[in-house]
Amino acid sequence: MKAIKNLGLVIFLIGLAVFAAVPVLGTFSLDQNTFDEIVKEKNIKSDVFIQSINENVVGKDFNGMLSLSPTISSALDAANNQHKKNKEYNKVIYTSGHDMAALVGKKSGTGFISQNKGLMWFLSFGLGIIGALMFILPNVILLGKKGIKNDGVYHDSATNRGWIAWLVFIFLVSFYLILYFRPEFAVNWTFLVDPISESLSGNPAGHWFVYGFMYCTVMTVMAVRMYIKYRHNVYQVVRTTSVLFFQIVFAFLIPEMMVRLQMPYYDFKNAFPLDYDFFFQWNLKELLNSGGIGLFILVWGIVLTLVIVPVMVYFFGKRWYCSWVCGCGGLAETLGDPYRQHSSKSLFSWKVERWLIHGVLLFAVVMTGMTLYSFFTESSTIFGIKTQSVQNTYSLLIGAIFAGVIGTGFYPIFGNRVWCRFGCPLAAYLGFVQRFKSRFRITTNGGQCISCGNCSTYCEQGIDVRAYAQKGENIVRSSCVGCGVCSAVCPRGVLKLENGPEEGRINPTEVLLGNDVDLMDLVNKK
Amino acid sequence: MEHIVIIGNGISGVTAARHIRKLSDKKITIVSAETDYFFSRTALMYVYMGHMKFEHTQPYENWFWKKNRIELLKGFVTAVDHEKKTLILAEGKELAYDKLIIATGSKPNKFGWPGQDLKGVQGLYSKQDLDKIEANAPNKEACNRAVIVGGGLIGIELAEMLRSRKIPVTFLVRENSFWNGVLPSGESEMINEHILEHHIDLKLETNLVEIIADENGRAKAITTDKGETIECNVVGLTAGVTPNIDFLKDSGIELGRGVKVNRFLETNIKDIYAIGDCAEQHEAIGNRRPIEAVWYTGRMMGEALAQTICGKPRQYSPGHWFNSAKFLDIEYQTYGWVFSERSKQEHESHFHWRHASEKICITASYHKDSKKFLGINTFGIRMRHEIFDRWLTEERDIDHVMQYLKDANFDPEFYSHYEEEIISKYNSVMQTNLSVQKKSWKRIFSKA
Repeated sequence: MKAIKNLGLVIFLIGLAVFAAVPVLGTFSLDQNTFDEIVKEKNIKSDVFIQSINENVVGKDFNGMLSLSPTISSALDAANNQHKKNKEYNKVIYTSGHDMAALVGKKSGTGFISQNKGLMWFLSFGLGIIGALMFILPNVILLGKKGIKNDGVYHDSATNRGWIAWLVFIFLVSFYLILYFRPEFAVNWTFLVDPISESLSGNPAGHWFVYGFMYCTVMTVMAVRMYIKYRHNVYQVVRTTSVLFFQIVFAFLIPEMMVRLQMPYYDFKNAFPLDYDFFFQWNLKELLNSGGIGLFILVWGIVLTLVIVPVMVYFFGKRWYCSWVCGCGGLAETLGDPYRQHSSKSLFSWKVERWLIHGVLLFAVVMTGMTLYSFFTESSTIFGIKTQSVQNTYSLLIGAIFAGVIGTGFYPIFGNRVWCRFGCPLAAYLGFVQRFKSRFRITTNGGQCISCGNCSTYCEQGIDVRAYAQKGENIVRSSCVGCGVCSAVCPRGVLKLENGPEEGRINPTEVLLGNDVDLMDLVNKK
Repeated sequence: MEHIVIIGNGISGVTAARHIRKLSDKKITIVSAETDYFFSRTALMYVYMGHMKFEHTQPYENWFWKKNRIELLKGFVTAVDHEKKTLILAEGKELAYDKLIIATGSKPNKFGWPGQDLKGVQGLYSKQDLDKIEANAPNKEACNRAVIVGGGLIGIELAEMLRSRKIPVTFLVRENSFWNGVLPSGESEMINEHILEHHIDLKLETNLVEIIADENGRAKAITTDKGETIECNVVGLTAGVTPNIDFLKDSGIELGRGVKVNRFLETNIKDIYAIGDCAEQHEAIGNRRPIEAVWYTGRMMGEALAQTICGKPRQYSPGHWFNSAKFLDIEYQTYGWVFSERSKQEHESHFHWRHASEKICITASYHKDSKKFLGINTFGIRMRHEIFDRWLTEERDIDHVMQYLKDANFDPEFYSHYEEEIISKYNSVMQTNLSVQKKSWKRIFSKA
């Protein structure tokens, strides 16, 4: 069994190495026809740029994106500079150099990778999946009897912020940086999943498709790990199945197929304000121009946020979304599960959390207000502030850096819910409802708590669960996503997630169960 | 300002300090030689097993003490001079008090076994013991086998700890079945099976005779009263605990096995109190033992004493007995009294149900004539404390408990329920015709 595990690890690492090497490999040669198509498609009016590409790129072979990308970027920069100098603003190209390089790369990939998509997919994704499963599946036997399986979590370099954790951190952060800021280096990855994309949407894959496919793959493999680790805990099994289903079907398959059916790309479970660009002008215009389905999506999106989300939170707590449906939560609960113990439980972190998450919510609401104002009044500024630049700032700082690079990249260091805890505006909104008007609570079982601290340690949202449990107090916190792990790891059966009557949800703790005092006596003496 | 000095920073002492601070402005000092800050003793095992780091066992952040003006003094109290109201600390320092709370807890029992003080022989109680076990048994290469002496709660926890590092464990238990002085036989047998499932070499009805040293004064083997010699590197002594009160021998404070206290937790000397594991009631309260070495009773004594010290005299009066533990993977809870066959009284009858394949069972005890419900043990099913507390107060009969068992279930959502199976066995054993009542939030939250 151990041997299978080790072999699996080796196979996984080979797959990972291939995946990591692919971005800088491959050959690109742009022919005249393809370039003319690009010019037409992108409506490029810069003769300087066209000429420069014709001279320096067309008909030549480029070895790897490291040589192609700078050539295109510098041609584009030079062209734009000249046009700006000459005030030929209609000729300026507003696509970034990186996006242009990605576009050219996608259409001009000729080497081994683009010609052997299936093989390359197998060598990267395939080996990764097989290796990971070989590493994970023996746990059915190795982990022994069912029960809590946290032995050695703090002895293992991978889960105790050791060197493995730091390597994972570097890998994840680099991956997100490429995805958001250097898409041209993701071009070769897109080739690997082209066949899958074509079979779903009919289009070749872009780098966001790579991300979506990878997201589903990683979640599926790590869900297998969850199933094995928590096989004694039906709540965890059902919940894991739910997040996996919503990710694969709602976030991945349905939107891709909608594209095939000429409908807008839309994830029906992605609620505003997590889906922060729902009200952006381009999206509203696309929806309004998409006929019945567009209108339906528009109404659905609004009803989802204003009615469905809060009503469900009232009945079930925000867990119905955050740990049963949401994609960010889904990744956190599968890939992120080995890191859940790293969320800081200090009071300081809680203070930071409240400022940050509510700050982001405020930011999202103000931005959306400006967006709608601009949409209806058709003015691009409010009080001299450009709506577009506010949107761009949000997209960059919150959408890309906070949610992506920090939110996931920092899993091995700060725990698996960095984004959900400190940044997600939807979580902040759900939190208000959960805290003030909900039937959900984690009930503390009388006086049984022994203050051991397992619940707090394994709370991914950094809630000091023990602080409540040892006082016999129920846990009613806006940030709780209801993952149920505190209850699972409790050795004394103290915690239970439940939806019950609102009355008595926040229980009095003047006297802890067990100490038999005359209550009236106590009240009278006060 | 009155100066309250507390010896011991465990759950009892710290609870007392916190509540005194809540109720008053008195000066509070906690003296401890064990650790700088309060930690949860019950969680030490999880540090060795790698579930947590030591810092996670500390329920309060380090700034908490200063903010609440609770002074922490690291030091070992060697004597109490109650006439001068002064503590003598090791290295000769003195500390004056106005009121003194003794909350020094327990220490592991040693019964005079030959070799009991050798290197590699230890208990599992203090932070120092945790450091020792980490040094003595870091892995299975350094520790080829450990022998644990004493089949109680700490013994089985120590076995679980060592097994988490794949260290072979031999477990010597005096009784003919694990913990059957406390547990009824059905349950005790189930735990025996579970111990074996975890590849622990369980030796029942076996006692330690001698621990044999190697040339460096380290334990290298033990012999048993069955004539066996077992080679090992570590010997865990877990045959219960005893109040940690040696330093009080000549203090004039009345001592039994522990520090003798009345229901107000007062000793025979004015302004000196004792709480927690080290306190011994003059007369046992109900079915409880005079010395209760249990986490929550320490906490409750701390709460009660804080009231007394702050001018609202309150007796220590624990309500219905409850407790919990975990035997490897099996959670155990108990509410009310369920005695083992060895210690139960004539009027106590048991109803026992065990799952056909899983390690899940319950035992409910009742008065054989009146059918009054006396208590329940549950293994592998969590129960709601509040509900059982209420049923015990209301003196319900066992039929009622069986019918409304769903109200008391505290397992996580989506777990299998066994109430139907339980009641059908109950009906066949008791010749009744009861049916399971649906769970009712209204009943659960009604304040009777």
